[in-house]
Amino acid sequence: MRKLIVAATAAILCSTAIALADTVGPNEVKIVDAAVEGSLSGQAGDAAAGRDIMINRKLGNCLACHQNSEIPEQPFHGEVGPPLDGVADRWSEGELRAILVDVKTAMNPDSIMPSFYSLNLGVRVAESFAGKTILQAQQVEDVLAYLMTLKEE
Amino acid sequence: MINRGGIVAALGLSALMAMIVAPAHADPDNNQLIIDGEVIITDVAAPDDSPLDRIYSGWRFRSPETQSLQMDDFENPGFVAVDDAIESWDTAEGSEGKSCASCHSDPSSLAGLRTTLPKWDEATNKPATMENLINRCRTDRMGAEAWGWEQKEMVNMTALVSLQSRGMPVNVQTDGPMAEWIEKGKDLYYTRVGQLNMSCSNCHEDNYGNQIRSDHLSQGQVNGFPVYRLKWAGLGSIHRRFKGCMENIRATPFKRGSDEFIALEAYVASRGAGLAVETPSVRN
Ligand code: HEC
Ligand code: HEC
Repeated sequence: MRKLIVAATAAILCSTAIALADTVGPNEVKIVDAAVEGSLSGQAGDAAAGRDIMINRKLGNCLACHQNSEIPEQPFHGEVGPPLDGVADRWSEGELRAILVDVKTAMNPDSIMPSFYSLNLGVRVAESFAGKTILQAQQVEDVLAYLMTLKEE
Repeated sequence: MINRGGIVAALGLSALMAMIVAPAHADPDNNQLIIDGEVIITDVAAPDDSPLDRIYSGWRFRSPETQSLQMDDFENPGFVAVDDAIESWDTAEGSEGKSCASCHSDPSSLAGLRTTLPKWDEATNKPATMENLINRCRTDRMGAEAWGWEQKEMVNMTALVSLQSRGMPVNVQTDGPMAEWIEKGKDLYYTRVGQLNMSCSNCHEDNYGNQIRSDHLSQGQVNGFPVYRLKWAGLGSIHRRFKGCMENIRATPFKRGSDEFIALEAYVASRGAGLAVETPSVRN
């Protein structure tokens, strides 16, 4: 029994180590021509998980600002940003990743939209969030995978 | 709410780009605030050097249900606090055996005060808020203990005194020794804070009228304070609201009563010059 647990722990440690090794840290991400190419986590995103992150007020909370017809079961879609319907027709995967990572570098320095994978934050960041990005690398990939499903054409 | 999204989508990319350059404002509603037959002005032309054309009370952005609570003093839950404050107005406290009434007779003798606050105070060489002035009376004139900024008795008393100015236009001093404080408040208003990296202006100047999830963004005016918030199930001060907005953007807020919040209060009050005092207003 004990051996099993140790083995399992080792396996978990091992897999995080692999994931971390492939993860591009927030200070290493390169936005080139308003795009970021290549997965931040080294893994593919999970669109279903990404959809949940969009809704979750403590994670993406994207619906606070964006209307999205594909999530009709959630009331109260915001109108601060443009609707996300058909967003994958308008932007490439690399461009959307850049918008998520740091919209202020990718698109508009004055944007109200938070930079979800950047440490270039406002002053007086609350202690519990200091030095942390809003989303983890894999979470960005998950949201991205979901956004890529938003096609109208 | 979903409506505008639909329109934008229909207009296509060029309209969308235009929107990115200049954030659009959905209008506040056209309802009129009438209390006891008296019309309370909820929008006026913006003061000189305002970035806005027209300024609106937060009341204009609330739902009809919330609005109606403020249209009838018997339904307005903020009046429970006012009644409590009337009681403490007449109660002697402290070493001097005095009550507020000993010096000011009736609360109505303080009509107009709210419209000028915060105002320059020679005694402390900085601006004084309503809370500062009330505590000065308690400690220096009554020999009583100072109340805490958000202590119930304090918030109730600021509601009673502010109510005496209901309907009168906000008119804070912005020149002379106040100028430096207004400038400091303005800096704070436009500084991006917190992990979400936003400034007050991002929400209350660029996006008032827009829905941010279930909230309808107002201009963040302070003419209705202290407000009765349904969410708080009670009255709260201006600084409590500032603190809440900063926490929502994952920033470490300044302390209630701090120089930073007093400067911010002075600046935000100046942005609302001309709006009528509405205390105690009702918000969700
Ligand atoms: C506080 C508001 C806010 C939040 C929260 C927010 N956005 Fe945005 N978003 C905007 C605004 C405003 C724009 C327009 C760009 C600009 O600011 O100039 C935008 C633009 C975008 C665009 C480009 C859309 C287009 O068609 O041009 C995408 C994609 C996007 N956001 C996705 C997201 C996702 C996904 C999330 C959550 C993980 C999110 N946003 C959270 C406000 C927000
Ligand atoms: C992420 C958006 C956001 C930011 C940034 C923000 N607020 Fe707010 N604020 C709100 C919302 C939502 C409400 C409640 C609805 C309303 O009145 O706008 C609110 C309400 C207020 C109110 C109450 C208005 C009333 O009539 O009751 C004041 C005052 C205010 N904010 C001031 C500020 C100040 C000062 C700052 C900067 C320190 C700030 N806010 C930053 C979203 C924000």
